[in-house]
Amino acid sequence: MTWDWSAIADFMPRFWDGVLITLQVLVLGSLISFTLGLVWAIAFRAPTRFIRWPVNLVTEFIRTTPLLVQLFFLYFVLPEWGVQFSALTTGTIAIGLHYSTYTAQVYRAGIEAVPPGQWEAATALSLPAHRTWIAVILPQAVRRITPALGNYVIAMLKDTPLLAAIGVLELLQQSRLESASTFQYTEPLTLIGIAFVLIAYPASLLVRALERRLVR
Amino acid sequence: MSADLTGTTPDTLIRFDNVTKRFGDNTVLDDLCFSVRPGKHVTLIGPSGSGKTTILRLLMTLERPDEGTIQVNGNRLFPAPEKERREARKKIGMVFQQFNLFPNMTVLRNLTEAPVRVLGLSKDEAEVRAKELLDLVGLADRCDAKPTQLSGGQQQRVAIARALAMRPQVLLLDEVTSALDPELVAGVLDLLRDIARTTDITMLCVTHEMNFARDISDDVLMFDAGKVIESGPPEKIFSDPEHERTREFLGAVL
Repeated sequence: MTWDWSAIADFMPRFWDGVLITLQVLVLGSLISFTLGLVWAIAFRAPTRFIRWPVNLVTEFIRTTPLLVQLFFLYFVLPEWGVQFSALTTGTIAIGLHYSTYTAQVYRAGIEAVPPGQWEAATALSLPAHRTWIAVILPQAVRRITPALGNYVIAMLKDTPLLAAIGVLELLQQSRLESASTFQYTEPLTLIGIAFVLIAYPASLLVRALERRLVR
Repeated sequence: MSADLTGTTPDTLIRFDNVTKRFGDNTVLDDLCFSVRPGKHVTLIGPSGSGKTTILRLLMTLERPDEGTIQVNGNRLFPAPEKERREARKKIGMVFQQFNLFPNMTVLRNLTEAPVRVLGLSKDEAEVRAKELLDLVGLADRCDAKPTQLSGGQQQRVAIARALAMRPQVLLLDEVTSALDPELVAGVLDLLRDIARTTDITMLCVTHEMNFARDISDDVLMFDAGKVIESGPPEKIFSDPEHERTREFLGAVL
């Protein structure tokens, strides 16, 4: 096996396209998972079980089935019901939805860690439910769980290559396309591996720094 | 009893009728009846587990009674539609053993959040009033501090100011000095004596500070096993209790 620098140079245009798509999936997927996860977590505490039970059921189902299966389902089955999105949109929604069921558990833990006295003080002041959440509970909960959410962003980054399975042009898919035309596998695969390290390692340092700052 | 349809005479601010509260098999309040007249300071004493704190928590709607009715100022608290309960609750403030200040907010914001969001005061009005109250509790210079930067005694004084900021008719004090270091207790109790003397707020107080109870109370209710077994002015209860259980209890704590 020989290392061919020219293969790296040839791969560069595709590589940067792949970096952009991977980052786009990561950022939008994170936003979806943070937002939806919070919705699930608040619904876990809904006053009526007619909300709690279905939400528990659905999130447990999503959490315990493989992301790859969900990707195929959303990409190949939904169009039969008339719902059709591009591979990129489908993949981003799927990964955001899948990870929202993890972040929901993180939010849940953070919310449960807020002392009951905080809820009681809010009741004693007659604060309406939405102010209790926004002004009292969530600021205290989110502070504690920010590092844990950060870890899921890194995990999500490492799951983005699954989107290659439905043809999203992220890093892995770009390297496969490159290899398919050049028959050179070593260089593109090595390069995208390094790219993942270069994104994930600083991110994990950032999470650790947040942990030191926020969790005491 | 007058023919008042609400079941509350104008002379009654708080009224418990046949209230029973159970936690599992444990009956903490047993068919309890009592009432409090406006402006009175009532201290609840008794052994732990006798249901004193549960009374305050019922009034604050932190617990629900299993049976019976509770009224405040002629409004039903239990049983009542949620809307009526919320209205009745606005007249009640509570100070907790563990302070329960909001640690994510400054001291000032702890005092303005509810007046702005619940009473509809403007931010400026609420801040002016909050600063007056912080002045009253001797912490005017700590507006911008976070609660965690204050001592326990200071936090409890802020918590008292926060409750007063809602202009309550009734102030519930739940063992407010029990979590404090001994040297910080006097400051908080002196503040409460001041408030009792200078305002017409009705106070319901659960405390183990018997001297304080003797000072501020118009009435003392002695609880045992979920019932009021004896009540009367502090001079009577503390010096000449009638009930054997009261004598035993006071003998143990005084």
